[in-house]
Amino acid sequence: MESIEYRNCLIELLYQLADDDFILAYRGSEWLGLAPHIEEDVAFSSISQDLMGHATLYYSLLEELGEGKADSLTHNRRPEKFRNAIILELPNGTGTYLVNPDFDWGFTVVRNYFYTLAKKIRLDSIKKESYEPLQHIVKKISVEMTYHLMHWETWFIQLMNSTPEARSRMETAIKLVLEDFEGVLSYGDLGDQIVTLSLIESEATLKQRFIAELQKKEPIDLSMKMKNGDGRNGTHTKHLTTSLAILSEVYQSIPATEW
Amino acid sequence: MTVASEHQLEQFMDRIDRGEKIEANDWMPDDYREALIRLISMHGISEIMGALPEKEWVPKAPTLHRKLAIMAKVQDEMGHGQLLLRVAEDLMEPLGKNRDDIMKDLFSGKLKFHNVFHMEAPTWGDAGIIAWLVDGAAIISQTMMLGTSYGPYGRALKRICAEEVFHAQHGESIIMALAEGTKEQRVLLQDSINSWWPSLLMFFGPKSKAETGHTNQDKNMRYKLRTKTNEQLRQEFLTKYVPRIWSLGLTIPDESLRFDEGDGEWKYAQPDWNEFKRIVTGHGPKSQERLSLRVRSYEMNNWVREALGKSALASGVGSHE
Repeated sequence: MESIEYRNCLIELLYQLADDDFILAYRGSEWLGLAPHIEEDVAFSSISQDLMGHATLYYSLLEELGEGKADSLTHNRRPEKFRNAIILELPNGTGTYLVNPDFDWGFTVVRNYFYTLAKKIRLDSIKKESYEPLQHIVKKISVEMTYHLMHWETWFIQLMNSTPEARSRMETAIKLVLEDFEGVLSYGDLGDQIVTLSLIESEATLKQRFIAELQKKEPIDLSMKMKNGDGRNGTHTKHLTTSLAILSEVYQSIPATEW
Repeated sequence: MTVASEHQLEQFMDRIDRGEKIEANDWMPDDYREALIRLISMHGISEIMGALPEKEWVPKAPTLHRKLAIMAKVQDEMGHGQLLLRVAEDLMEPLGKNRDDIMKDLFSGKLKFHNVFHMEAPTWGDAGIIAWLVDGAAIISQTMMLGTSYGPYGRALKRICAEEVFHAQHGESIIMALAEGTKEQRVLLQDSINSWWPSLLMFFGPKSKAETGHTNQDKNMRYKLRTKTNEQLRQEFLTKYVPRIWSLGLTIPDESLRFDEGDGEWKYAQPDWNEFKRIVTGHGPKSQERLSLRVRSYEMNNWVREALGKSALASGVGSHE
């Protein structure tokens, strides 16, 4: 490891990568048994499982870097220590995954499609130049990205080009997602250092690629914001707190034991 | 019955008796088709409804490893449901019916699902018991069905059984961790066994018509859809699992439970078969809540199904419709 600064920036980036996948995997798993049809339930749960697997790989690397046990990082870390983008923690709709869910498939498709595309661009950049053990992980993950991207892109294009109701729901969902999507492309307060240390290319470069790729599929206005703040700096909504309480309910119920 | 169809039936029964496999497009008597549709759609929908009690525990699983394992398991169950519904759909096609009819029959209560999936699963111990003992029971009944006379069902079951073995191992691993854990974890586990025991006995269905006034097992045996009775399967389950439960230092909430060397079978207190009837007819503790989750999913995704129907692009994620 080159320096303390390098180590800190690397750890910061790893939390961003890990927490993004971890939280979105959770949101995906809430859809279990509720997807539009059984085939989609099977495919979507496979994708959520992949995301949880990707998060696990990053957390293992954080564990190797001395951040603590991966299970403790996921089940015993305070919400303000999480580095995921806020758009990924927002609920799938109203109700809970067990009681009266009224989930929005349009929002889910747009969030997952945009995130998957941004994730692929981010991983491709890391593959070019970064911390070597991270590059190994990213190469493994990239194999699955093609399939994830194809899945969500197909849904996106299909729903954008079908009934007027679907089109209108998708347009509303796009607006909603873009209001906080800047947070996915942000590296937070340590961003400049992360880029200077060649852990990843600049936010602007990746954002430009993201917009160019998406514009090829649908000529839509992609102005984006961070309405709820920048999750990379530990700002989060109450939805993250609620989610983490569910994710760690059993782990926390009997502390310091094997499960 | 006409002479021609009598002849067809005779030939069909000869094939059954010779142990041949019947395929989707072969001639088959109406009641064979009906029995298959009933059996396979109930099996398929049970896999799908079975995802709901486990879904409760997917995010809550206490480690990353357990989260990944239970996610994989529930995905498999949905996959089994899909596989089985496809087999059922092929059988329903000549009757002009499709998956929509299966879902509507589920919502109306006409199509039943397995008793165990009507029950509550309020703790992580229950998640372990479901994976270990409910899946263990399912393996026993599905392994018996592998030799079924209907080829497509047998082939689907072959794949399902292979995956169920992993599920039971996942369950056993959860159980071992709890059994070897703290006092609280052991209490959690014992409570789960206590609450699930009657449901596990009920899983295989009544011994005979005497218990519930109705059973399909005689006809299903004649058509070689199945090769063992409900009671034979329950005995196999007890032989396999009672010693394992005891060896973990756990108890079973039935003081009369014992293996009778003379009869060569397990003696056990009968579960309340009236309760069983109430449960499978939609009056179990979670029946309505889980059904309403599925109805809700159907309704909230109405616009998606409509959109897929009208989408100009017939691509990969299209629905079954």
